[in-house]
Amino acid sequence: MIATGAVGAVGVGALAWPFVASLAPDAQTVAAGAPVEVDLAPISPGQIVKVFWRGKLIFVRNRTEEEIKAAQDVNLASLPDPQPDSARVKEGHPNILVVYGNCTHLGCVPLGNEGPFHGWFCPCHGSVFDTSGRVRGGPAPINLPVPPYTFVSDTKIRIGEESNAAPKAAHA
Amino acid sequence: MSQHATTYVPKSRFAKWFESRLPLAGLVHSSFIAFPVPRNLTYFWTFGAILIFMLAAQIVTGVWLAMHYVPHANLAFDSVEAIMRDVNYGWLLRYLHANGASMFFIAVYIHIFRNLYYGSYKAPREVLYLLGIIIFILMMATAFMGYVLPWGQMSFWGATVITNLFSAVPVVGDTIVSLLWGGYSVGNPTLNRFFALHYLLPFMIAGVVVLHIWALHVVGQNNPAGIPIKSGKDAVPFTPYATVKDLFATVVFMMFFAWWVFFLPNYLGHADNYIPANPAVTPAHIVPEWYFLPFYAILRAIPDKLGGVIAMFGAIVVLALVPWLDTSRVRSANYRPLYRQFFWVFVIVCVLLGWLGAKPPEGGYVIAARICTAWYFIHFLVVLPLLGLFETPKPLPSSIAETVLGKKGGAGMPVGAAAEPSTRG
Repeated sequence: MIATGAVGAVGVGALAWPFVASLAPDAQTVAAGAPVEVDLAPISPGQIVKVFWRGKLIFVRNRTEEEIKAAQDVNLASLPDPQPDSARVKEGHPNILVVYGNCTHLGCVPLGNEGPFHGWFCPCHGSVFDTSGRVRGGPAPINLPVPPYTFVSDTKIRIGEESNAAPKAAHA
Repeated sequence: MSQHATTYVPKSRFAKWFESRLPLAGLVHSSFIAFPVPRNLTYFWTFGAILIFMLAAQIVTGVWLAMHYVPHANLAFDSVEAIMRDVNYGWLLRYLHANGASMFFIAVYIHIFRNLYYGSYKAPREVLYLLGIIIFILMMATAFMGYVLPWGQMSFWGATVITNLFSAVPVVGDTIVSLLWGGYSVGNPTLNRFFALHYLLPFMIAGVVVLHIWALHVVGQNNPAGIPIKSGKDAVPFTPYATVKDLFATVVFMMFFAWWVFFLPNYLGHADNYIPANPAVTPAHIVPEWYFLPFYAILRAIPDKLGGVIAMFGAIVVLALVPWLDTSRVRSANYRPLYRQFFWVFVIVCVLLGWLGAKPPEGGYVIAARICTAWYFIHFLVVLPLLGLFETPKPLPSSIAETVLGKKGGAGMPVGAAAEPSTRG
């Protein structure tokens, strides 16, 4: 009886797996996650550009001197999700900030240059982000994450590939 | 359901032949013709019939719309516009379906508040009540996925916000969201599966409705006095009394429905949904459909992601626990002077939450939403259990007939034919 039940349970589980797995991102969607290149030259200081990688919105922000300074001169202990600005940009390129463009609360697109820290402000539920994309108020639990990207030249980045990593097939 | 009293006697040879193989006519007769109905029911008891009509109307208009709609991220918006402009009477089908969802929720909210006022959830109707809660949850899932299908701005961002609720689940949240999306964000796979589920769920609702009606016909209907049928004098037969009353109420409700469809077809919707979905821009003011606003207000009232999600789902779970939270033995609020007042305070709080859910999440609105959210839970978790202990109910009438006719009595159903079904077990 127990053996029969166990075999039955395994069988049901084995049959259920393909049904669940079919709901995951399919091969086409995964393949569409190949790295994208962004030319930084046309992005002037203070400007935010929106690009898509793997269907997800990404902000590329060319920060002004004041914005960089504001992001660096922060008492880390006062942040909900403490992270120094230097850990959120690539070395030698403090002006270029690349972050995911969906609020970490429920996924709305925050408005650039808005809110008390002039970083981003989410109109949906009031989350506030600073010029480093770090959460400073509202219901968002964590900072806007930094996607994997690398500088291929001084004026070009490739999103979807981490620095110094050998090119590899993108996967989920 | 053989325990039902049935006075159906097949007459023709075919009817006898069929009845001995499938007693369908007898079932219909005992459930919708001879079924004893409390004689004191008000029009608040017609919303069950109205809801059955709304479910049927949504399924019929929905199936017709599906013949013209294309569930693809690049084509969905245009196919809905084609329904509005090119398909013969497409505008009517779509306005009936879109406004029908709102009418469905108006009717179900009246149905639920009627239940809470008259204590219809109390023994022996707990299972009947829980089936109703399941229908309500299925309705919300169906309505949410239906709103995504036109693939306008509100569709897209509503889908984003609601699916992201599940990312609050610790550890497995992101996996769940990825399985909902079928991608790394809301996109074509999401739309496609939502369409499949939006088509499926109404038929699941229909299945649970059958169980809901079955349970109702086992325990019988509650009534404004909240006391059971004790004799034939307390009841009238379902047909013609309830049949005609339900039909009349449904027709009046259809007129109300038609008023929205023909005069204010877009009033309950949102203008932003006539802008095609754009994953790079969120509408400045994003709100769900009106029937979700109280729950949305509860979500936003909690200044913590996981906490807000728990509170929102908790607001529905606590409803399911009402039969065990209410400690009073008296059903009807007509005989519960304190509960009656708390009931109306609760109604006002729910309406206020709905209003606050449509307001921006700032300043006084947030504080008001927090107070209302707190009261919503206090009502169920504190007021309901304590009232039963401290409240002195008014004396109950000795019979349903007495509440209608005074002490003199009058003609009702033949004694015996109308005994409450539960007593026949």
